Amino acid sequence: MTELKFTKDHEWLRMEGQVAVIGITDHAQTALGDVVFVDLPEVGREVTAGEAIAVVESVKAASDVYAPITGRVVEVNEALTDDPSKVNAEPTGAGWFFKIEASGALPDDLLDADAYNAFVDSLA
Amino acid sequence: MADSDTLLETPLAALHKELGVRMVPFAGYSMPVQYPAGIMAEHLHCRSAAALFDVSHMGQAELVGEGAAAALEQLTPADVQALKPGRQRYGLLLNEAGGIVDDFMVANLGDRLFLVVNASRKQVDLPLIESVLPSGVKLRPLPDRALLALQGPAVASLVPTDLTFMGIAPITIAGIEVIASRSGYTGEDGLEISVPAEQAEALARALLAMPGVMPAGLGARDSLRLEAGLCLYGNDLDETTTPVEANLVWSMGKRRRMAWDFRGAERVREQLDNGAPRLRVGLRPEGRQPARAHTQIRAGGEVVGEITSGGFGPSVGAPVAMGYVARPHAADGTALDLIVRDKALPARVAPMPFQPHRYAR
Repeated sequence: MTELKFTKDHEWLRMEGQVAVIGITDHAQTALGDVVFVDLPEVGREVTAGEAIAVVESVKAASDVYAPITGRVVEVNEALTDDPSKVNAEPTGAGWFFKIEASGALPDDLLDADAYNAFVDSLA
Repeated sequence: MADSDTLLETPLAALHKELGVRMVPFAGYSMPVQYPAGIMAEHLHCRSAAALFDVSHMGQAELVGEGAAAALEQLTPADVQALKPGRQRYGLLLNEAGGIVDDFMVANLGDRLFLVVNASRKQVDLPLIESVLPSGVKLRPLPDRALLALQGPAVASLVPTDLTFMGIAPITIAGIEVIASRSGYTGEDGLEISVPAEQAEALARALLAMPGVMPAGLGARDSLRLEAGLCLYGNDLDETTTPVEANLVWSMGKRRRMAWDFRGAERVREQLDNGAPRLRVGLRPEGRQPARAHTQIRAGGEVVGEITSGGFGPSVGAPVAMGYVARPHAADGTALDLIVRDKALPARVAPMPFQPHRYAR
């Protein structure tokens, strides 16, 4: 398994060739609390890095999920429709949100795990 | 975060920190929103066992003197004079236009009336009440008392009392003298406990030490009261909503509806006779997607109302909401669209409560 990369909007991504598997971080799911609904983008949609393309709803509030990279949505995690609590249970595993096939180079502001953890600590 | 310096704390602030709570600003107070168990677990635990809430931000006061009940009745259509000693009642304070200034609890403690008002409204309510009092009646705010709510089906066996639903009495819990009422804001059986601030932490620790009692925050309190169909002032009620629109006519005394001798009576009477232009209703969205407060409600493309409270009901296992719709769309079963992120989410008007009340009547 390749190393996870992170955004300051609390998404993670894992590259599988040209395709990035994307979800929200453990920190994000903890902050949100119990996830009750996930609104996923349409497969085939062309998205731009930084664009809000999904919504995650906890008991208390709704939050946007952003595309960390530019490309095309090639798959979404339909299992979250029936069991959104996977986002809490396995945020970087079975709780993934969508896959984006990258067009062009990845943004240069993606963080590695250490840098992301330092960023989260700086928010506290 | 700069304004956190100016937030008030309840007498249980130290205990909350020890329990690992997440705090949020609410009505000028730093209040627990959830403990490590999380809103869902706290909510479900309250429905299955017992949960302890710190609601010390709420305003407590006493009204003392000959004619206190009659004086208060100038501002509320609740029948306060008929309230027997040891009984509590839900009421509304109204403005001249029949709008709701606050919703509150009033209890007859024999020698005085005991009031509990919303935290966000106490600076409005107390001067308002003061302004109508005759010389013999005194309003005494009780800022030195904390308020705890112990809610859930296990409460009756954990803290046995002689109280029935909406009964109130001075009792002793864990050696501490309190004023307890059999009431709450969750739809469950339970107690609301007024305690001197300096003994609040000892009482809370004693209650949390009882088997199966879990601390719960404002997050669970909100989802519990929403499932129970209970209004949150500032969301579901404000100075523009009337008792008729809010579907709270039941809180008005029969005698008061004969005499029409309270502030705002004219508008309330007119709406009772002719119907209110809008009504508070329950709404059940299709599927799992919640519709939150301020979501627009449409019928056939026309805007007919707005959601005032909405979220996911953990016990219902589905999204639930309440809001105001134009009267022609208020009947149970009416199909409506909720506009969530520019998309129409189908929903139906549904009876409340969404979760049956389990009061000890």
